[in-house]
Amino acid sequence: MKNNGNLSIFANGILKENPVLVLILGTCPTLATTTNVFGAFGMGIAALLVLVCSNFLISLLRKVIPNNVRIPCYIVIIAGFVTVVEMLVKAFLPALYELLGVYLALIVVNCIILGRAEMFASKNTVGKSVLDGLGMGIGFTLALCAMATIREVFGAASFAGIAIPFLADYKIEFLVKAPGGMVVYGLLIALVYVLTSGKAPQKKKFACTGCPGAEFCKPEACTMEKEEA
Amino acid sequence: MSKLLRLSVSPHIHSGRSTSAIMRDVIIALLPATIAGTIIFGWRSLLVLATCVLSCVLFEALFNLIAKKDQTVSDLSAALTGLLLGLNLPANLPLWQCVFGCAFAILLVKCIFGGIGCNLVNPAITARVFMLIAFSSLTKQAFPVIVDTASTATPLAQMADTEAAMPALSDLFLGTTGGAIGETCALALLIGFVYLLVRRVITWHIPVTFVASVFILSFFFEGFDAVRALAAILSGGLLIAAIFMATDYVTSPATAWGKVIFGVGAGIFTVLIRYYGVYPEGVSFGILIMNILTPYIEKWTAHKVFGGTKA
Repeated sequence: MKNNGNLSIFANGILKENPVLVLILGTCPTLATTTNVFGAFGMGIAALLVLVCSNFLISLLRKVIPNNVRIPCYIVIIAGFVTVVEMLVKAFLPALYELLGVYLALIVVNCIILGRAEMFASKNTVGKSVLDGLGMGIGFTLALCAMATIREVFGAASFAGIAIPFLADYKIEFLVKAPGGMVVYGLLIALVYVLTSGKAPQKKKFACTGCPGAEFCKPEACTMEKEEA
Repeated sequence: MSKLLRLSVSPHIHSGRSTSAIMRDVIIALLPATIAGTIIFGWRSLLVLATCVLSCVLFEALFNLIAKKDQTVSDLSAALTGLLLGLNLPANLPLWQCVFGCAFAILLVKCIFGGIGCNLVNPAITARVFMLIAFSSLTKQAFPVIVDTASTATPLAQMADTEAAMPALSDLFLGTTGGAIGETCALALLIGFVYLLVRRVITWHIPVTFVASVFILSFFFEGFDAVRALAAILSGGLLIAAIFMATDYVTSPATAWGKVIFGVGAGIFTVLIRYYGVYPEGVSFGILIMNILTPYIEKWTAHKVFGGTKA
């Protein structure tokens, strides 16, 4: 039974609570790095590494970090891991470093990582947090790769930089531009909604009760309620 | 029992007009432009038009089938969208691009917002803008088969280039210049305009204010040269867009003053994009911007209903 629970923590991130396509977090890197499968995969793996490490450390320190200054503490931890990953990529994969540019450093402010720290790692045990980080990271990578495959194959007639001669005459350049990214993103969200209908968090339930963080949330500190009042 | 008292909700007087009748009238009004386009650009333009109409109807039927909605193909609105989009494309466009544009117009602009009457923007104009961004080949316009193809630029490009000679007004009026299938022949479009006015399908407000504002602004931009300003309103897709696309019921204001604001606004955006934008033609963008502003224009110009309170 316990094993089953752990498995669902891991599996949630892949489809049912996919960070990009269901929770709609981390849209900026999603739109920016999915013009190329290579870049999207690299971005996904980099975020996965940071996510697992930061979830691990934050859940380890969850009793030590004072509640009032938790966000700055999370940011410091995340920024530390991002710096490590950035240096590693720069040293061993300079091509990827060139491709991702500023978006690699911007993992620091990636909503998925901060969101999982706030929603999950700060409330759960180390083991569960690492599993959650793995699931969310893989979900992020898969979503990025799916989007990048559609955009690169049909928009630039290539896959991970390898040209597909068959499609060269049928390029839809729109897809590799920013508006094309928005359209593909919207269509993928619709597809995942159909695939998970009834299971995914419904938007109408996104008041306090349906909020993913509701069970951990303190109503008196909730900004959503205050804005409504 | 024969003398039943029949109770029904208002309105009690029905003009007898249906959506399909209005759409049929607009399609009839587009026929002169279709025939003129076929004569000017050759049989390939018929192929493009047929592809567009067929794929629009098919996509709508398919969407309704998959989404389990009532079949709405018989109201002819999808066929009209296809015909309008086809007339706005050059005759030498690859057919798969036509099909893709139609899929965008019907599925992404019309159907997912709830079908006819619920779309935020005009499907044909949005698909044209989409195809302009999506396929660079759209800017390579087709040239008439019935005249000598010595000239290699569309009238708008010729006017932008001060070195090149200005196209003759008679050529612009009859449509024997480069451009999309249905947009070049001003004569055929004006015949359609008169038909629509006589049948009272549209009012004069949007087309006249739209074209007039483009004329006046072009007059200033062209250094107070009336002939060049006249050429500016005859070239590009201005007439077909002002008559057939800007007057779409769903995406243009219903009030008379709203229509005037809509027409003038679209004219201003058109001229600004023509003279300052990166694309040679600004008509589609102008209408698209005004489509988005339409709900606000209607709110500003709404009549106060007798006995009603201030909105």
